[in-house]
Amino acid sequence: MSSIVAAHTRYLMLELVRVPVALLAGSLFPAISMLAFVVPFTGGDAQAATTATASLMFFGAMSGAVIGLSIAVATDREQPWDPYVRTLPAGPFPRFAGRILATLAVMLLSTLPSLLVAALFTEATTTPLRLLLGFPALIAPSVPFMLLGLFIGFVMSAKGAVALSQVLFFPLAILGGLLIPPAILPGFIQAVSPFTPARGAAELLWAVAAGTTPDALALVMLGVWTVALAAAAAWAYRRDEGRRFT
Amino acid sequence: MTTLARTIEVTRRYGDVLALDRVSLDIREGELVGLLGPNGAGKSTLINLFVGLRRPTSGTVELFGGSPSDPVTRRGIGVTPQETGLPESLRVGEIVDVVAAHFPAPAAKDELLGRFGLDDLARRQVGGLSGGQRRRLAVALAFVGNPRLVFLDEPTTGLDVEARRALWENIRSYHAGGGTVLLTSHYLEEIEALAQRVVVVGGGRVLADDTVNAVRDIVGVRRVSFHAPEPPDLPGVVKSERDGDRVVLFTADPDRLVIDLVRGGTPFSGLEITPTTLEEAFLALTSKESAHV
Repeated sequence: MSSIVAAHTRYLMLELVRVPVALLAGSLFPAISMLAFVVPFTGGDAQAATTATASLMFFGAMSGAVIGLSIAVATDREQPWDPYVRTLPAGPFPRFAGRILATLAVMLLSTLPSLLVAALFTEATTTPLRLLLGFPALIAPSVPFMLLGLFIGFVMSAKGAVALSQVLFFPLAILGGLLIPPAILPGFIQAVSPFTPARGAAELLWAVAAGTTPDALALVMLGVWTVALAAAAAWAYRRDEGRRFT
Repeated sequence: MTTLARTIEVTRRYGDVLALDRVSLDIREGELVGLLGPNGAGKSTLINLFVGLRRPTSGTVELFGGSPSDPVTRRGIGVTPQETGLPESLRVGEIVDVVAAHFPAPAAKDELLGRFGLDDLARRQVGGLSGGQRRRLAVALAFVGNPRLVFLDEPTTGLDVEARRALWENIRSYHAGGGTVLLTSHYLEEIEALAQRVVVVGGGRVLADDTVNAVRDIVGVRRVSFHAPEPPDLPGVVKSERDGDRVVLFTADPDRLVIDLVRGGTPFSGLEITPTTLEEAFLALTSKESAHV
């Protein structure tokens, strides 16, 4: 079974590398934001530069999870290749697992340009231990966003997924304080922010990268979102199975 | 002979649409079965049930004595994907590798690609293949796992004559080596070239299940129509009906029918003889109001 998962992961990665739109979209925007905003304005302040770097790294990862995964899943469902794979002696799991692993790889790759810009051009600092802890701290709060991507992908057509994922992605990033630090957000956004999932993810990353104290409400809400989106994604998956394969 | 796949009284509905109506069919080891029928007849539904993509609404589907929804059971089958859906950015060899990873004893890649005339294309991306090359790759994928039973859905659609003959040769040699084939086609010619046994489906039912020769005679029914006040009583008519003021007769021997018509002295005009479609031929044969036999 694991060799089948590996085969699917390998081929989905090859597709992503050969048509690298998703990779570029996920990594270029945060890296450019780093150069345009973080480097000139807060590049000299170690604490602010570190949290901003963590925010933009997560922004890149989140784009892979929400936009990349939803479009990939919705597109797969429209391709006749998908039912063919279901006739192979393994069922739907290896392909699904391969899709998740390939998405994780893209998410991690998307964070690297921001990290590189931070290391070269800002005072952002962290310890090797914090950097190492940063990667699980990046992946764990990505889970609800991957579930959101799966939900959209199972419910929408490919065209619909392109539109809806972008429409949801930017407000979630802004509300979560990934693009602008929460402290300088307008009052009503500050009030809503801890209830949105990206804020909890950001709090976790800031704590790991820069040693800040995370907001408890935001972390609890991240857990609530994860459970709710897991239920939604599971419902959408079963509904799609029921329509196409029974 | 061992039965490799069978349906027992299988009914399949899609909402209000009855796609298969109590179909019982056995595919035995070593057979090369042609599945013939018009679009919407239920061919694809039948194949989707055998390969585990769909479950029957009622009745039983068996594959190697087990259930097609069990992945282990499906190790023994090979299926053709639609060539329009092949992953565009992958190379031919890479697609074969992905499929081969699912089977315990897959065919050797070079030998397989060579068999289907794809050996020069192993490093070519699918997006750059011609329609015929994609079609050949799609058919080749059915044979990657060294299957006991292959399902070939319209294997030669879109191929030129030469490529079609080459593919037929491949299917024949697989069959000669002990393989079992279920082949669908719109074309009687293709079924005639390959199959020994023909199953004709229409309207969700098995209309005929017989040798190629027997089915060829049935499908060879012609439609003879003319203006006449009264339908004449003639031998050799399998079905007669009225279409406005025209009399329409179905017969396997239109020459004989016309001679009898003229000799009978019935006044008629506007004689037309046309071939029937598969669908017409079988509807004529299975309809309950058959006037004469």
